[in-house]
Amino acid sequence: MDPKDIIKPENLVYRKSRLMSDNTFNFCPGCGHGLVVRTIAEVIEEMGIEHDVIGISPVGCSVFLYDFYKFDVVEAAHGRACAVATGIKRVQPDKFVFTYQGDGDLAAIGTGETMHACNRGENIVIVFINNGIYGMTGGQMAPTTLEGMKTTTCPRGRDVKTMGYPLNITPLLAQLDGVCYVTRHSVHTPANVRKLKKALRTAFENQRDKKGTSIVEVVSNCNSGWGMSPKAANEWMVENMFKKYPLGDIKVDGKLVMDMNAPR
Amino acid sequence: MAKIQGAIVVETDRCKGCELCMYACPQNVIAMSDEVNSITRNYAYMAHPEACTGCTNCATICPDGYISVYRVKVEE
Ligand SMILES: Cc1ncc(C[n+]2csc(CCOP(=O)(O)OP(=O)(O)O)c2C)c(N)n1
Ligand code: SF4
Ligand code: SF4
Ligand code: SF4
Ligand SMILES: [Mg+2]
Repeated sequence: MDPKDIIKPENLVYRKSRLMSDNTFNFCPGCGHGLVVRTIAEVIEEMGIEHDVIGISPVGCSVFLYDFYKFDVVEAAHGRACAVATGIKRVQPDKFVFTYQGDGDLAAIGTGETMHACNRGENIVIVFINNGIYGMTGGQMAPTTLEGMKTTTCPRGRDVKTMGYPLNITPLLAQLDGVCYVTRHSVHTPANVRKLKKALRTAFENQRDKKGTSIVEVVSNCNSGWGMSPKAANEWMVENMFKKYPLGDIKVDGKLVMDMNAPR
Repeated sequence: MAKIQGAIVVETDRCKGCELCMYACPQNVIAMSDEVNSITRNYAYMAHPEACTGCTNCATICPDGYISVYRVKVEE
């Protein structure tokens, strides 16, 4: 059958979310950010809440989020997403509020804001992109950078004796009473993207049901910062990042479900 | 017997050439062009359209959302 006879509106089975604008992402080719940004839009479209959602994007490669969504997005200073989200959600408790934070944002400059928002059980969704590096500024070491991993500020690899250990922050946040849901995902295969979508849906439903803070971590690539092709970066991520940051649920409905003593 | 036949549309002039769709296709439908688009990238295209099942894997993995998928059931 000629593709021309198949490509008709009535046969369409997949298109990008209609909540995405037509602006071109500033992300590098093959970067996981685009997939997470798109998947959030799909969930919001399917839940039909686009008129009631407010996103918050602090500094990082995702700082231009407001250019890509047709719904409302507020930009925040680096590290301050959870503080801005707290303010918006408390003034407008019926809105769905989510933050979109990198690891430099959530696990470095914004650790305090994030930790206290979680401890207060702010009824928000936190989307956390862990790519083990400061992508936007050219690939400096982040708290999440793996042991031995090379970045521009640890060109010989991260030495844990002088630079500290990789910070596995979501299991720490999971131990706070205000947090109801913590889960860790990736976007390196279509199946993983579909799983992430389910998790994001759960997180927004938790917010609707006023259950407290939901955190969805995505272990992602920064192929530019890591100095690899997109395919090689994804393979490196599976081999190395997933050992330190294994995928799966960490806390569900307020109960810790991850074995904290399992080797990592 | 009914057969499923798919087809994709790539926004070839915006494709960033990351190749992730090509590797995600279980039917090896997709290849990268020899020529480059206006942003100087080799873009993804259907090299073997007859093999496409419309499974949506390529579109699901395109970071930039440049692929749409169409699918029909063909009675044989
Ligand atoms: C207050 C402040 N300090 C430092 C910076 C510089 N800066 C911009 S982005 C960034 C790190 C971003 O890393 P991450 O949050 O992991 O996002 P990614 O780009 O990796 O997605 C830093 C340190 C800034 N913009 N503002
Ligand atoms: S620098 Fe890294 S995180 Fe930023 S867009 Fe490029 S690949 Fe993605
Ligand atoms: S829809 Fe499935 S079979 Fe068709 S090109 Fe995409 S990945 Fe390949
Ligand atoms: S995944 Fe998207 S951007 Fe990457 S090569 Fe395929 S169509 Fe182009
Ligand atoms: Mg980062």
